[in-house]
Amino acid sequence: MEIRSGEFKKRAVFAIHDASLQQAMGKARDGFVGKRAQQAAALPEFETLREEAKNLKNHILENLDHYLERYEAAVTKAGGQVHWARDAQEARAIILDICKRVNAKTVTKGKSMVSEEIGLNEALIEHGMEVVETDLGEYIIQLANEPPSHIIAPAVHKTKNQVSDLFEAAHGGPRKTEVADLVNEARQVLREKYFRADVGITGGNFLIAETGSSMIVTNEGNGDLTQTLAKVHIVTSGIERVVPRLDDASLFLRLLARSATGQETETYTTVSTGPRRAGDLDGPEEYHVVLVDNGRSKMLAGRFREMLRCIRCGACMNHCPVYGSVGGHAYGWVYPGPMGSVLTPLIKGLDNAYDLPNACTLNGRCASVCPVKIPLPDLLRELRHMQHRQALSPLMQRRALKAWRFVATRPKLYHAGEWIAVRVLKLLGRKGSIRRLPFAQAWTDVRDLPTPEGQTFLQRWQAQRGK
Amino acid sequence: MIDSTGKRPRVGLFATCLMNMFRPNVGFAAAKLLEDAGCIVEIPGTQTCCGQPGYNSGDFDAARALARQVIAAFEPFDYVVGPSGSCMATIRHDYPVMFADDPDWLPRAQALAAKSFELLSFLHDELGTDPAGTRYAGTATYHDSCSGLRGLGVKGQPRQLLARVESLRIREMQDAEVCCGFGGTFCVKYPEISEKMVEDKIHNIIASGADTLLGGDLGCLMNIAGRLRRVNSPVRVFHTAEVLAGMASGPGIGGHAQESR
Repeated sequence: MEIRSGEFKKRAVFAIHDASLQQAMGKARDGFVGKRAQQAAALPEFETLREEAKNLKNHILENLDHYLERYEAAVTKAGGQVHWARDAQEARAIILDICKRVNAKTVTKGKSMVSEEIGLNEALIEHGMEVVETDLGEYIIQLANEPPSHIIAPAVHKTKNQVSDLFEAAHGGPRKTEVADLVNEARQVLREKYFRADVGITGGNFLIAETGSSMIVTNEGNGDLTQTLAKVHIVTSGIERVVPRLDDASLFLRLLARSATGQETETYTTVSTGPRRAGDLDGPEEYHVVLVDNGRSKMLAGRFREMLRCIRCGACMNHCPVYGSVGGHAYGWVYPGPMGSVLTPLIKGLDNAYDLPNACTLNGRCASVCPVKIPLPDLLRELRHMQHRQALSPLMQRRALKAWRFVATRPKLYHAGEWIAVRVLKLLGRKGSIRRLPFAQAWTDVRDLPTPEGQTFLQRWQAQRGK
Repeated sequence: MIDSTGKRPRVGLFATCLMNMFRPNVGFAAAKLLEDAGCIVEIPGTQTCCGQPGYNSGDFDAARALARQVIAAFEPFDYVVGPSGSCMATIRHDYPVMFADDPDWLPRAQALAAKSFELLSFLHDELGTDPAGTRYAGTATYHDSCSGLRGLGVKGQPRQLLARVESLRIREMQDAEVCCGFGGTFCVKYPEISEKMVEDKIHNIIASGADTLLGGDLGCLMNIAGRLRRVNSPVRVFHTAEVLAGMASGPGIGGHAQESR
């Protein structure tokens, strides 16, 4: 997927004025936030689990090489094959090779953000394959020819009405308007695709080192059909998703559903280990895992290691007031919201996503709900620091910071400046506030500026009490 | 607070930039509350800004330069107290992080952080202030500013203090804990997004039916008050300290005399 994060501002403004988007976002935001809060409150050990999950992830990341090697050995032992992809291009090439070798015509896909990250669909389609997204949300946006706007609810920006339109156009009507009818219609269409599929591609929520298994979590069961009914099952996953034992996955599962959708558990949690064994009634003939690095080992070595704890629940974006205002597409690449504002510059380059770390009030709500306690605001600030050092921030901003530092480190000068500003602003005020202020229109275009009282606090204090 | 030897604590009042320029009344209210509780209040004239604008803009060197100035100015005091969760979270949390690799300044930053407090939590948790006898006729709703709330755990303290104020009723709004869209330079870097956020905020304020908005951070309060004025809402806006000190008699932040009752 081509990166368009450079257009963040433009796309954000567009989104704010998109009535359908605002309607869809408002509904989703309230649902996700309320349900998560209920689940967190209902589980006394929830906060303890967050701390445990953070510590376990840290342990895994410290020993990532060890667990990945163990995982590969276990996958091989179970009859599967692990492929290592350094970047998106290598990952696409590996998957294309497998698909071409088995002469794949139809490829079904369960939900996988890594496949979005590596631009897989475009590559498969370019090579003449039919690609069918089987997650309902992914299916909707595939029909709309749009990228996902949320990592677990890819079509969260669509209203029911828009989905009705899309389905009517794609399926030939009659137009359905009830949610149950829409779901049923998609199910009928997709069912036939599962049986036709040569290759089924899924993500992997967790990779179990002990058993060589991949684990997926869905609410629709589409992932199960994708990975069981195709001749070849390919798992795409980031290298950071490995956990030591099956037991460890259960810790994350308890946090994942509660944080993501506000459910105690998702409807389907499915474990796959290798291809079909002799005597199995179903299952793929081949089982492949494509482990994608794509910038992750660089994160592991540097200041952004904590970002690799992410279990892709989406709670940060559900609780982000900026994401809630502009939706996921404004962010211009695969991962939106707070986690995306950290990942996108790290994967795609700091200069390709200047606005992402900056378009944040550092209000900290994301970190307060993150199930693995990633300090997202601190990481965003660190990215700003890198941008500042690499002179990627606007020249005006760097000059202003220089001037501010010069004045603010000279208290007498600073206080004189405040003294003058207060007087000038007082002259401009009418009825307690200033409606329009040249050079500060970004403030006054949106809101009045309260008029100062005429003297600074320090002046008045010193006048009243002496030094 | 006065210890067994009868010694009164010396408090350095951190005069935040916005308070100093736009709302001196908050500073006087803070000083009154601290003095009423038995503190000696002093305001070092060598203070300017805590450095947060530089820190959050990625200019860590500038932030450290300002931090060193604050540390030097406030080191002599028993406590540093400021009427802002935002500035005080910078001192408490960020200063020790800023100097993590500086063996000379780290202990000084840590020592200052340990004795720095946001005003309302200091009044409630450390001084046990009881504002009974203060009066404010009205119904207020409370906006939880993000830095104070998530950085310093300021949530119950202002409400418990306000509950003691005569004739004041608190009516909670929806999403009281959601950011108002101020975010320091964010509000001028991304004015359209900020507008959407502050519009959501004042929608909830107005829907609460309250006639007054209270909070603990002037950045947020100026943003919200400015938007309320822009849409000609009569809701008055005060810093909580002004109400607690019985100094919330005027028209409120951004308001004018005719609007006040």
